[in-house]
Amino acid sequence: MGPANQGITILDPTGESRPSTRTPLQRPGSVAGLTVGLLDISKPRGDKFLDRIEELLVERGATVMRFKKPTFTKPAPVDLRHEISISCNVVIEALAD
Amino acid sequence: MTAQPVLPDGLVAIVKRECETCRMVEPVLSAIAATGAPLAVWVQDDPTFCVELGAVHDTDLAVSWHHDIGTVPTLISVRDGAEVERTIGWSRDEWRGITGMATLGADLPPTRPGCGSMSVDPDLIDGLRARFTGDVLVSRRVELSATEDEFEALFARGWTDGLPVVPPTRERVLRMLTGTTREPSEVVAIAPPDLVEMTVEKIAINAVMAGCLPEHLPWVIAALEAVCNDTFNMHGVLATTMPVGPVIVCNGPGTRAIGMNSGINAFGQGNRANSSIGRAVQLTIRNVGGGRPGEVDRATHGNPGKLSFCFAEDEDASPFPPLSVARGIEPGRNAVTVFAGEGPRCVVDQLARTPEELAASYAACLRTVHHPKLVIGFDAILVVSPDHGRILADAGWTREQLVDALDARLGTPGRDLARGAHGMAEGVPAHLASVESLPKFRPGGLLVAFAGGGAGLFSSIIAGWANGAIGSDPVTRAVGT
Repeated sequence: MGPANQGITILDPTGESRPSTRTPLQRPGSVAGLTVGLLDISKPRGDKFLDRIEELLVERGATVMRFKKPTFTKPAPVDLRHEISISCNVVIEALAD
Repeated sequence: MTAQPVLPDGLVAIVKRECETCRMVEPVLSAIAATGAPLAVWVQDDPTFCVELGAVHDTDLAVSWHHDIGTVPTLISVRDGAEVERTIGWSRDEWRGITGMATLGADLPPTRPGCGSMSVDPDLIDGLRARFTGDVLVSRRVELSATEDEFEALFARGWTDGLPVVPPTRERVLRMLTGTTREPSEVVAIAPPDLVEMTVEKIAINAVMAGCLPEHLPWVIAALEAVCNDTFNMHGVLATTMPVGPVIVCNGPGTRAIGMNSGINAFGQGNRANSSIGRAVQLTIRNVGGGRPGEVDRATHGNPGKLSFCFAEDEDASPFPPLSVARGIEPGRNAVTVFAGEGPRCVVDQLARTPEELAASYAACLRTVHHPKLVIGFDAILVVSPDHGRILADAGWTREQLVDALDARLGTPGRDLARGAHGMAEGVPAHLASVESLPKFRPGGLLVAFAGGGAGLFSSIIAGWANGAIGSDPVTRAVGT
């Protein structure tokens, strides 16, 4: 610690990481013709919610792909995230109970 | 950092005037010098002491620090720039041996202990360590201005759990690191939720903030290793809306050595090791991992144990082997068991006098864990108190017998648990209604520990979270150095 008339120096307790800056994709004007991924996080009745969303999307001309996380308590596996990223234009993640 | 001072060939003595033994050997040093033998003297305190011997003031204690002087006087023999041997305090035989002077100190007593070196003075050592230790700490330095209250500054940066933290100065962090043999740069785990490398240094910083002592650090490290993996699933424990956090049960002789509480108020306030070890784990997740309430931590209510919920088992009084041993750690080893648990709830039974009566009461209370109609999906720890433990011990019950007796009392027909049964929508899916009997806990899902004060016919239940692969399994890990 420095002399009494100076402030103290402390060490940063954080991970010192910064999220990389990404520009959000332009919001699509319409879902017609787009492939929309629906990710079920495995919460009870999440499928019910997503079934209805799928109906609404199909009505509007979208192609829907369904995905499911093994458990809602853990982050989506890397492979699943990759699969979604290469096969969909848009993704909707569902939470339900 | 200063370079390590090289000692000159010949004899080297390190002394301080404040030390009576040093003053006693001053004529001995003069006698050595009078022979023409090469002698260098460093004085720690008063630069006028031994000045006629050409003594040099070890102003910043660099010589003493770098040459590990723990006691004065220390006499060292140096050849070709390297230490050959040393003696501490006054031992006539050893001083004669090192100097080769057979009649040295004939008028002095055969031995006299020395005094503590200033370089190990508890008031000075942290500053010396910070000054002389290399630049091993790589964390960003944050300068606080003199007009800034350091405690408020730490609140303002969002680095506390809602209570004040100890400012992690370099001196304090280096002192904390003396508690482990591991390198500051070593990565202990990947911290959720931000998946950041959690180094020993970052843990030490947060342990300082939590109020830990260096001897607590290996326990904090072990607990963090135990929670940051797919089995315990700290990410989910943090993110869940349920009121759980890491509950840490400590075992082994080290729990006594670091003064942990396994007795009166074992889960409560007032014990530094219990409070600060659990707090350091949570602060590390908050600060390194970025897990903050309202962000990734979505708990509906949380529980006060999320500040710290850490206690030791009372192994000496327990009728059972330590929990860690029951979970595969060898006896006598320090270990932590982490459990995703909510706050403790009390089981009152002041009238049971047989283990069967007690088991019936335990079962009735355990049945209510999270919901009486929800089974198998949640684990629990039953913490047996000494007064209850005596009833089990007198009957010779083992931990396994107790668990079996509880399982036998906790089976419930599926029709009573099915959704809608007894007017409650909550329950198990309808297809289980036809099952003759469903257990409350999965195999191994009920842990039994032993702790608490010597008076009180109460035990305690700590209910868990979603268990198994979809949630969290308890993890037991040995504590390292």
